[in-house]
Amino acid sequence: MSVSKDQVRHIAKLARIAMSDEEIERLVPELNGIIGWVEQLGEVNTDGVEPLTAVIDQKLRLREDAVTDGNCRDEVLANAPEAQHGFFAVPKVIE
Amino acid sequence: MSELTTKTIADLRDGFRGGDFSAREIAEQFNAAVAAARVLNAYTVETPDDALAAANAADKARGNGDLGPLAGIPLGIKDLFATEGVDTTAGSNILKGFRPPYESTVSGNLRRAGAGMLGKLNLDEFAMGSSNETSAHGPVISPWRRSGSNVGLTPGGSSGGSAAAVAADLAPGVTGTDTGGSIRQPAAFVGISGIKPTYGRCSRWGVVSFASSLDQAGPMAKTVRDCAILLEAMAGFDPKDSTSLDLPVPQWEAGLSSDLNGKRVGIPREYRIDGVPEEINALWDRGIEWLRDGGAEPVEISLPHTRYALPTYYIIAPAEASSNLARYDGVRYGLREEGVKTLDDMYGATRAAGFGAEVKRRIMIGTYVLSAGFYDAYFNKAQRVRALIKQDFRQAFEQCDVILTPTAPSAAFGIGETTDPLAMYLNDVFAVPASLAGLPAMSVPGGLDGQGLPLGLHIIGNELDEQGVLNAGLAIEERAGFTARPEKWW
Repeated sequence: MSVSKDQVRHIAKLARIAMSDEEIERLVPELNGIIGWVEQLGEVNTDGVEPLTAVIDQKLRLREDAVTDGNCRDEVLANAPEAQHGFFAVPKVIE
Repeated sequence: MSELTTKTIADLRDGFRGGDFSAREIAEQFNAAVAAARVLNAYTVETPDDALAAANAADKARGNGDLGPLAGIPLGIKDLFATEGVDTTAGSNILKGFRPPYESTVSGNLRRAGAGMLGKLNLDEFAMGSSNETSAHGPVISPWRRSGSNVGLTPGGSSGGSAAAVAADLAPGVTGTDTGGSIRQPAAFVGISGIKPTYGRCSRWGVVSFASSLDQAGPMAKTVRDCAILLEAMAGFDPKDSTSLDLPVPQWEAGLSSDLNGKRVGIPREYRIDGVPEEINALWDRGIEWLRDGGAEPVEISLPHTRYALPTYYIIAPAEASSNLARYDGVRYGLREEGVKTLDDMYGATRAAGFGAEVKRRIMIGTYVLSAGFYDAYFNKAQRVRALIKQDFRQAFEQCDVILTPTAPSAAFGIGETTDPLAMYLNDVFAVPASLAGLPAMSVPGGLDGQGLPLGLHIIGNELDEQGVLNAGLAIEERAGFTARPEKWW
């Protein structure tokens, strides 16, 4: 399989990375090189093989459903590019 | 005062405890060395006051005998570990100016053991790279040069600043992280030791995520013993990491022994690959003889899916990265691009400006292999092949105790010499299979190539058998007699 210019533009949109036509054009052969190379996995017979989910076998732990932190609003907001009235501020989304 | 910066952690620890020198003298010498080596670009932030404060505390504690295992030892911390109040950028413009209000579990463990911090170490952006050239802070320059040449070489990556700092005596030991070779390949390139423990030994909490099913922290230092000392302090169960192993931390330093009698060393035939320089295969053969001399019996083994490890990795790692890096949205921390109208445009513009070319490439690949209609063909297929790679190792460890291979298929290369992404990915051909299987693995220096550059040997152990890996590493270290140092030009 190989990707077209339109597909790369679509992937960039899904990934939320703004790209110029030039960048998209440069990425098409680069991505196709990598995709073509990983497709050699098609040679491997994986019939009946379950996808690996945990690399070291262990049970997922459960913990008490208890509040263990909080009251750190100012710390959470300290690195925000813009914070107002104790909230993250973003560009207006509703006209 | 003798040169303290060339000493091992074990010697610094013992000398400090024995009263030969103070912790303050250690910290001052390293601080001066760091400040005098800025041309290497190993550190992104220098924190001399932090190192001095920990040293003063250690000197004070020496009187009353209440010393942590790393009291008096200043360390460099890879800039992928969140450090409270100190810039943590992951080598990316998108995290420019980010000062975490918390400390990563691993760096916190080191602090609790008494260590001070010399500064934050340069790395490939989000640890994505094998040469430290993708960093937003610019490349690290290796202290090593080819004989008779002054061409700038890479220290490998992604833990390139970490590697250069130890090799140039700018820290006695450092933290690294390894997703697909990022501790082991740079350690090999600069002639030092580094170990990636079993997945889950070191907490990932507070380590900037790249590929969560592969990311593991580990130490890099001058000797195998120093790696054991540091790993003991870094490792341990952490309820804040859901994949942290709830197991006691073994006493790896006390357990060190280079007596390999009764051990079998697996030599995987699939690791003899085309295009690897004869010098590297010759060093591998010497490594086999050194382990035989240590009492071990070499046995040929087969890891049949080895050649599929890299393509498997380059589906799984970008897929996990594309998901992990979705958090950089210009809202909660880091960069925000202004001057766009909508929220969606702000996301796109921020991520376009904040991420470098390699990170964008991997996010794009990851987004593609996870997208509707392709998930099964790529991502699930890769996870099935990963299960087969894991099974290869499981079967191999029925016939042997540790596995010996070369660490990397070449010595260090020049800055700007490798521009093709696929050629760059091949650097990790020997390192990636152990990452996919979650196994402990380390690189130890084996010798120099014809151009005077270090080459490493790579030991892979079974799950949780860091001791077996360290002991085989020690047996090689004792026999390789690797004492070469880069000639100081900086």
